[in-house]
Amino acid sequence: MPAPAPIPAPIAIERLVKIYKTVPAVDGISFTLTAGSATGLLGGNGAGKTTTIASIMGLTTPTSGRVCVLGADMPRQRYRVLHRMNFESPYVAMPMRLTIRQNLTVFGMLYGVTDLGHRIEELSEQLDLTDLLDRPTGRLSDGQKTRVALAKGLINSPELLLLDEPTASLDPDTADWVRGRLERYRRERNATMLIASHNMAEVERLCDRVIIMKRGRIEDDDTPAKLLSRYGRHTLEEVFLDVARGRGVEQEAAQ
Amino acid sequence: MMPRAEGTFDYSPRRAAAMMLRYWYLLRSSWPRLLDLVYWPTVQMITWGFLQYYIMQNAGFFARAGGTFIGAVLLWDILFRGQLGFSISFMEEMWARNIGNLMMSPLRPFEFLSALMVMSIVRLAVGVIPVTLLAIAFFGFNLYGLGLALAAFFINLMLTGWAVGIFVSGLVLRNGLGAENLAWSIMFLFMPLTCVYYPVTTLPVWLQPISWLLPPTYVFEGMRALLIQNTFRPDLMLDALGLNVVFFAAGVLAFLKLLQSARRHGSLIQAGE
Repeated sequence: MPAPAPIPAPIAIERLVKIYKTVPAVDGISFTLTAGSATGLLGGNGAGKTTTIASIMGLTTPTSGRVCVLGADMPRQRYRVLHRMNFESPYVAMPMRLTIRQNLTVFGMLYGVTDLGHRIEELSEQLDLTDLLDRPTGRLSDGQKTRVALAKGLINSPELLLLDEPTASLDPDTADWVRGRLERYRRERNATMLIASHNMAEVERLCDRVIIMKRGRIEDDDTPAKLLSRYGRHTLEEVFLDVARGRGVEQEAAQ
Repeated sequence: MMPRAEGTFDYSPRRAAAMMLRYWYLLRSSWPRLLDLVYWPTVQMITWGFLQYYIMQNAGFFARAGGTFIGAVLLWDILFRGQLGFSISFMEEMWARNIGNLMMSPLRPFEFLSALMVMSIVRLAVGVIPVTLLAIAFFGFNLYGLGLALAAFFINLMLTGWAVGIFVSGLVLRNGLGAENLAWSIMFLFMPLTCVYYPVTTLPVWLQPISWLLPPTYVFEGMRALLIQNTFRPDLMLDALGLNVVFFAAGVLAFLKLLQSARRHGSLIQAGE
């Protein structure tokens, strides 16, 4: 009997380069995510996080290198896998005049969700949106909008969920609540998550691996515990500042 | 050259219906949007209707050419509103910063475009049907009296409107909302060249071949033949249809190329100005 085909990695990036005109936004990065993992993508503004995520979503074409998502070459084979993944960001707006129910209905149909009415009810209960379902999205608070964006991100029960600052502009209580929901979703579905964030506490809580980018390159890549140990720091924020300010491991050791 | 994505030409009626539903929800949620659809065609029709009425009383030729101005206004509105309805529905996504959500969803380009085409017909129906009824009430001009010819005019004008709308949408996708003004103004380039209100022979001889390259020219000539000489010209309609097939294919091809270019240049990430 032939051996079963290996299950492709949720994300496999090989020597990805993306140059806009003459400016390299991403400069030869490579990494692979395993199924069910949660990885934080850290970096200052202009580090290349957004371009990396856009390449994974098939929104931009690599200048060179390869981006493989759930076994499909992006962006050429994107339609094979887009229904199995999703994206959530408070910076990508949902149509404001449509109610939450209307928005979720539209996106549910786009993603081919079966038994859509039940899925919307289920998500509304999980994300505490039931009483708001028929309210226009534009009339919600920031926290409520973030929950709607998360509901859109989860509408198709994605195997791969990409998140960009998932708790930006939320109060600590709501942010903690959202993180709890994400942890639960990952646990229940064995979903893979890639989280771009500037919130180090969030990354420490949600992620079992951290990739730190700077000027389009990967500066470091390890578990949060190993990064803390290697840099001799107590928090990821301190590690991030060391990387951002060019104070690497060797300098730390010398001090 | 970048190869086209696998599955680009797949078509799911459910995904197309999702987009139609999205625009229908939007349209019915906003009375200013509905009012805007009716307002300008009404003003146009009334203005030109009174002008025609005045000229008819003072010129023998126009007395025989009853309804050509009002007919031209209404058919021009089909062309202009057909394109604008398509382009505005597309730009609603840019204004709402929702284009990223759509482009990272399984929605295929042809599903998106077909939803925009259907919505342009819906928007046109909301805007122009009441105006055609007003034309009957105010000036006794019955557009529906053109019968089957009206269907031929309508199909040809809508095809041109869609072809231009698809091309403009590709430009906005590639260049951001900086290209938005084209959606409002591009059709006015067609107005003098397609001879909406006068025969092609009015144009300088050197400009006439260019005019005959544009499908609406055949429609407006056909309308005048019908209203002035009571003759329906199927040859003109077939010529217009042939040119429209070329225009439509060119519009779709340009849209796909501009979408590819937008992916190369990162325009889909920062879909704004």
